[in-house]
Amino acid sequence: MNAQATYNYKVVRQFTVMTIVWGIVGMLVGVLIAAELVWPQLSMNLPWLQFGRLRPLHTNAVIFAFGGSALFATSYYVVQRTCQTRLFGDKLAAFTFWGWTTVIVLAAITLPLGITTSKEYAELEWPIDLLITVVWVAYAIVFFGTIVKRRVKHIYVANWFYGAFILTVAVLHIVNSAELPVSMTKSYSVYPGAIDAMVQWWYGHNAVGFFLTAGFLGMMYYFVPKQAGRPVYSYRLSVVHFWALISTYMWAGPHHLHYTALPAWAQSLGMVFSLILLAPSWGGMINGIMTLSGAWHKLRTDPILKFLIVSLSFYGMSTFEGPMMSIKTVNALSHYTDWTIGHVHSGALGWVAMVSIGAVYFLIPRLFGREQMYSIRLIDWHFWMSTIGVVLYIVAMWIAGVMQGLMWRAVNDDGTLTYSFVESVQAMHPFYFVRFLGGALFLVGMLLMAYNVLKTVSGARPVDAPIAQTA
Amino acid sequence: MDISTLRGIFTALALIAFIGVWIWAWSGKRKRAFDEAANLPFADDQLDADSKEANDEP
Repeated sequence: MNAQATYNYKVVRQFTVMTIVWGIVGMLVGVLIAAELVWPQLSMNLPWLQFGRLRPLHTNAVIFAFGGSALFATSYYVVQRTCQTRLFGDKLAAFTFWGWTTVIVLAAITLPLGITTSKEYAELEWPIDLLITVVWVAYAIVFFGTIVKRRVKHIYVANWFYGAFILTVAVLHIVNSAELPVSMTKSYSVYPGAIDAMVQWWYGHNAVGFFLTAGFLGMMYYFVPKQAGRPVYSYRLSVVHFWALISTYMWAGPHHLHYTALPAWAQSLGMVFSLILLAPSWGGMINGIMTLSGAWHKLRTDPILKFLIVSLSFYGMSTFEGPMMSIKTVNALSHYTDWTIGHVHSGALGWVAMVSIGAVYFLIPRLFGREQMYSIRLIDWHFWMSTIGVVLYIVAMWIAGVMQGLMWRAVNDDGTLTYSFVESVQAMHPFYFVRFLGGALFLVGMLLMAYNVLKTVSGARPVDAPIAQTA
Repeated sequence: MDISTLRGIFTALALIAFIGVWIWAWSGKRKRAFDEAANLPFADDQLDADSKEANDEP
């Protein structure tokens, strides 16, 4: 069989396996820093193990290494299968894998050393930023090149979401990373003061909106229908969902800067657009969940479908919570507290990680020529560990966050603060422990997955499926 | 024309665009194309059946 007649599964396999590896690494660092908050002596006074240095390592590892690899893997798989053609540019696709992996390794070296731009979710210094840009342009060429040479008439909705994610992240990264290097390891943003803050959160919130939402919605629009065995509930709704979501997300960033030096009108604009965002978010969630209508019984026996559908429930929950938290008066209580951390993790663990895990369980047998995963029971175990882990995590952070907010704003009759800051820190202690437990449970679930995958692929010959001849 | 008028016009245009997308998506003419597109993930179902079990033979 010549190479042209098969799909390029090699790069999909590489990214799929690395999704699991980076997931475990990133979450392990997360559990470590969660433990450091409970037992601060764990950092052993080593600079490389300080919370401040490991926290960006954790966020970069789970978002860009774990989430990024999952997006590369699934987008390459979905675009080939729904365009019924081999991926454009085999060498270029291989370059995106090795390039992206190099970026991750460089992040893992520089961040613990304290080399950082200090811009949240954009901490990597300028040489790495340049590499990211090159890899991302290659990614765009591979993805859109495949769409151009498709053998079917339509571009499936999942590819629209993936495409929007790739295009927008390119723009976000280039604009926000505009910086003046002063040495190999240090640069300064070209934007001054409040403008820098606005650009940063325009980037930051759209990283959530396009990296962690649009990309994973693309995943949802392929893997939920596939696993449920029926087309998406309403294709029309998915079209409206796409245009409404991408045109609204762009403007929501200023809600990260309520009550700061940002002009008040920009804050209000961010709040209004965040509230509007509830509609397209829930439209997408309902579309995904309703795909199961008439096949609800499958949830009872199929843990992969459970992962996918419960991820949508968490998506619905966090996209309701987000707009609420963007309301200025609510934000006055929630901002800078652990409530935000809880909100992020209900999205990151509940939505992003769980939909990715479902997709990985779907992909592994197909990429390695197996009927199904080694153990379905273990997937079920993984599902419950993840769900209980997330719930423990977010409930602990809700309580901790609201308590922090209330303690910080409490004043005595004479106008002095009721609590010192350190009293609020002390009050967090039990909740930090529960958060550590929830995170650890989620991590153990990932280890279970690694074992299950190892058993599934051991002795298997990787397969490259022949291209469908339906067109 | 001051900035407020421009903002008003922009808001109206955004609303028209939004309603336009709805009308376009729900127009009867698009139905067949959307049904075809919605079934794209299943167009190659046979492929899955063929490539499965490649390694499961004894």
